[in-house]
Amino acid sequence: MYVYDEFDRAFLAERVAEFRDQVGRRLSGALSEDEFKPLRLMNGVYLQLHAYMLRVAIPYGTLNSDQLRRMAHVARRYDRGYGHFTTRQNIQFNWIKLEELPEAMAALAEVGVHGIQTSGNCIRNVTTDQWAGATPEECDDPRIWAEILRQYSTLHPEFTYLPRKFKIAITAAGHDRAAIKVHDVGLRLHRNDQGELGFEVLVGGGLGRTPFVGKHIRPFLPVRDILSYIEAIMRVYNQYGRRDNIYKARIKILVHEIGAEEFSKAVETEFAATRDGALRLTDEMIEEIRARFLYPDFEPLADQPAELVEALADQRFAAWHRNSVHKHKVPGYSIVTISLKPIGAPPGDATADQMDLVADLAEAYGFREIRVGHEQNLCLPNVAQKDLPELWRRLEAAGLATPNVNHISDIIACPGLDYCALANARAIPVAQEIAKRFADLDRSRGIGRLHINISGCINACGHHHVGHIGILGVEKNGQEFYQITLGGRADEQAQLGTLLGPAVSYEQVPSLIEDVVDTYMELRAGPHELFIDTVTRLGVEPFKERVYAAH
Amino acid sequence: MPLIENGKPIEDKFVRVSDDEALPEGAAVLIGIDRFLKEAEALKGRQAPVGVIWPNNRPIAEIAPYLGQLSLIALVFPIFRDGRAYSQARLLRERLGWRGPLRATGNVLRDQFLLMERSGFDQIDAVKEADAEAFDEAVHRYTVFYQPATDERPSLLRQRLGRTVSGVR
Repeated sequence: MYVYDEFDRAFLAERVAEFRDQVGRRLSGALSEDEFKPLRLMNGVYLQLHAYMLRVAIPYGTLNSDQLRRMAHVARRYDRGYGHFTTRQNIQFNWIKLEELPEAMAALAEVGVHGIQTSGNCIRNVTTDQWAGATPEECDDPRIWAEILRQYSTLHPEFTYLPRKFKIAITAAGHDRAAIKVHDVGLRLHRNDQGELGFEVLVGGGLGRTPFVGKHIRPFLPVRDILSYIEAIMRVYNQYGRRDNIYKARIKILVHEIGAEEFSKAVETEFAATRDGALRLTDEMIEEIRARFLYPDFEPLADQPAELVEALADQRFAAWHRNSVHKHKVPGYSIVTISLKPIGAPPGDATADQMDLVADLAEAYGFREIRVGHEQNLCLPNVAQKDLPELWRRLEAAGLATPNVNHISDIIACPGLDYCALANARAIPVAQEIAKRFADLDRSRGIGRLHINISGCINACGHHHVGHIGILGVEKNGQEFYQITLGGRADEQAQLGTLLGPAVSYEQVPSLIEDVVDTYMELRAGPHELFIDTVTRLGVEPFKERVYAAH
Repeated sequence: MPLIENGKPIEDKFVRVSDDEALPEGAAVLIGIDRFLKEAEALKGRQAPVGVIWPNNRPIAEIAPYLGQLSLIALVFPIFRDGRAYSQARLLRERLGWRGPLRATGNVLRDQFLLMERSGFDQIDAVKEADAEAFDEAVHRYTVFYQPATDERPSLLRQRLGRTVSGVR
């Protein structure tokens, strides 16, 4: 848990005061809507289909129980009693009144939470692995580096009016849970042969209407150089990124047009001029940030305590444990994922009561810490194994123990036409209908890991290109249609899905997905071959034949 | 438009002259890039000061050979959302060593004054009178700066460190 100090608190208060002043000038007419728009966006305020939306950052996905409780309060007091967790470690409140916005923001600021740079053409919330600091897979806590980048990019004078938004993600584990290959900049923290920490740097990944997997431009960048290297990337992009067409303004287009090699050369030239300057990190600077991350006071415990072993006799607990509990780096502790995908509910939504409950549970069993992952689920990263049975009972009672994490009903979906002004088609009801078809937990467990991603338009907020099954809503003659892709993935082997065939109607989607899954069950080499591996082995053809013959 | 230099309103001594007008004798002039590049050699002999308006889509490094003959560089924000000139300003100050006046022109608004100042602009050609009057407030809204830039404000990385390591700004 990163603890804000007096500097961070002073900055936040100054930012809230500035936004109040800007809202006041907008209301008085001193600022036109055109002039005001980028200012409100950079504070997380969107104008949506029905109302203003406030997007709040959860830096590197880490929250404490006070912060989550305050979000519950905002949901209850200023929204309709719930919030929506997004794919980029943010939470959105969809129904806030403009006149109440500064008040809601001030309430959040009291606990160090804000919407700064969650929108606008600036460096956005830096995201990372929701298991950071807890998983034995990592070589260092990636949040240290996300925090250094958060500070560096906050109200950066040079990079606040970029050609387009800019998203950075970091992983420090071999298994990438942060989808770094589909970010503007992806950073993989690892150690070289000498044991020194550094980043592999990828640039120009991204989804949207022109999807790309990021390109490698540096195999190993010593950690002390991270800020000057990022500044070099930003400076090249700020000057040469396209501004003539909003759809070609992301860095991925620049990298694609001039080529990764040419881009990398420009970055290296800039980097050579600044690497020994003010941005070079000393060990003391890094330690200063590191020291503000407080870790739980873990007790010396053993794995598999009697309480856990006894509870595993209960089939339902065992099913949840197998699905939602993962290995911790400290013996006797576990990482627990809380599925926000109960069958039939909108993916990623949490009610104020659920948020309060999770905050209570984090206090009782998890050292007050909560995480949010890009799969739109929550996580308690530090739970003693002896407390798992009790935690499960309380989650179960609140409908938060659906053992479907990483299963077919653990669907990532954007808000879609129900909320979003950009969407062409609904996304949430499609997700709900598919989840209902696969509600049988034995069936879903039998299918195994399968990620479905749904976007309501080509802007791809539901990351459909990297879903094992991707579903994209399009509009045809005023009707909602859906294109299906297979074989996408967002992990360390990231790739874009392949189109299965012609788009199908809203009504046809759920049975088509069932046909795809049935085909997989027939064709897989065995129960251990995951859906994605079967698609990789066979291609989409056998699926296409089966599915379109049936429809 | 109201011109501010280092926080104070000043009179604009430079006359903007378009490419087809004759340069007024003995007056400081601010001219466009095309004319400047075409007449650069001849302008070296001019007694009165010359300033250039450098567009934001031309690499700023190309200005290097001419810095010695310039008395003012004006960079352009065609619309306030187009932030290319921030990078040009920092490169001029930090890489090319320009110490003369650096003017922000175009769609220059109050909510960007601080960013401009931090990027090395010392002259602000404000669009709105009310914005110019609020200059002081606009650039003093924050006391905390997270990153080093062109200005002299201490950045937070070093401020934080200042508590544990002496002698570091």
